[in-house]
Amino acid sequence: MKKAALFIGCTVPVRGTNYEQSFREVAKVLQIELVDHPGFSCCGFPTHAINRMTALALSARNLALANQASLSSMITLCNACTENMTHTNHLIQHDPVTRDEINRILNQIHLQYHGEVKVKHAMRYLYEEIGLDTIRASVQKPLSNLRIAAYPGCHYTKPSELYEGFDNPENPHTLNELVMATGASIVSYESSCCGGGTLGAKEDTALQMGIQTLKSMKENEADAIVLICPFCDVMFEQNQKKMEKLNGEEFNLPILYYPQLLGLAMNIEREKLGLTVNRIKLDKVLEKIQSGNKE
Amino acid sequence: MKKPLFQEQLDPAFKYQVMKEPGGEKLALCFACDTCTLSCPVRVQEETYQPRTIIRLILLGAKQEVLADPVIWLCASCFQCQERCPQGVGVTDLINAVKNIACREGFIPKSMTLQMGLLAKHGRLLEIGDFENKKRDKQQLPLIKEQPDDIQKIIDLSGASRYLPQESE
Repeated sequence: MKKAALFIGCTVPVRGTNYEQSFREVAKVLQIELVDHPGFSCCGFPTHAINRMTALALSARNLALANQASLSSMITLCNACTENMTHTNHLIQHDPVTRDEINRILNQIHLQYHGEVKVKHAMRYLYEEIGLDTIRASVQKPLSNLRIAAYPGCHYTKPSELYEGFDNPENPHTLNELVMATGASIVSYESSCCGGGTLGAKEDTALQMGIQTLKSMKENEADAIVLICPFCDVMFEQNQKKMEKLNGEEFNLPILYYPQLLGLAMNIEREKLGLTVNRIKLDKVLEKIQSGNKE
Repeated sequence: MKKPLFQEQLDPAFKYQVMKEPGGEKLALCFACDTCTLSCPVRVQEETYQPRTIIRLILLGAKQEVLADPVIWLCASCFQCQERCPQGVGVTDLINAVKNIACREGFIPKSMTLQMGLLAKHGRLLEIGDFENKKRDKQQLPLIKEQPDDIQKIIDLSGASRYLPQESE
């Protein structure tokens, strides 16, 4: 049994409960003990553009709490949390001036932190700590006739200097491999940033950014998009109707968070995968899975 | 229409200010190849957002033009420019450093003060109250209690209290 702190951040526990619930379920099957810490709060990412030290101290606080609870490993679900927490770890390990400044702040709330906790995005954790073989072995109903556009999002692999050679930022492949482990096939498409980071500054620009990727996924006949970041979901699912309006044609591309896809392949009961939370109807996808299993 | 830049309005010290800001240290490595702009997914949709132009303006000392222009806030922080920069300028980090300076010099967008306000109030970006917890309970997810005290302290200790929304907002 592996053990890790589960860091859910701000967006997942409110708008991505389907992601959270399904991850907790697949973690049970894969024998990962997830520990919730009641003191966890925001990772700090939203303050990074305003005041860098606020962002670093906020993430260091969460890491210090995990360390205090003797948890040496932390799993994150959101790409932005992953990037900000990893960035903080990186600076604490390599930049003594910043480390001291962070600890000067943490001392005031009776904490300190020296880089003890290893942070990994949940999918990186599955890929590196659990492994594709174990995941393949957990599949009971291969999703063999499903065509998936796997969208890892930017901060899953970038900035690459933080991620120790994990995956390839120009041509990410680990999520593709995780999807293929469920028996589904992968659709190639032209990928661009989802636009989530620009949404607050200029909505139309952000939506246009998202449209480029959705168009290509549609042209390449994806049945569904697989996501691993709640901000990508804000764009590709929660704003898909707006993008359709702006684009003048429908996409009607349902999304699944990766643990939902894996959970379906593991044959976990559907009500435990939060499928009713998904806003774009999954009927066609579920029918396709059903018919695939009959063949 | 862009206005001409006059030398007497430029601030030659601005580039040093940026280079002192964490993230901006590698500004001088830029050899103006334009890879950042050509890699930028925002630029594809928005002619006005061009990372290389921002770097050129910083080097020229066009401090007001850079800090007051809301265009810097269009950066999606996707790190594509940073990945591809042949000189290792750390372009995304540099743009972030410029945003930090812009905030300090009074050019913080309202959306950013609102975010800071939410964090101070709830300890998180999205409120979790009874309504949200009821939904979580239905999905058998652990309940969450907001604990903003330490977050408020960190905002204060890191010098960010001045970015909180004013009472009247």
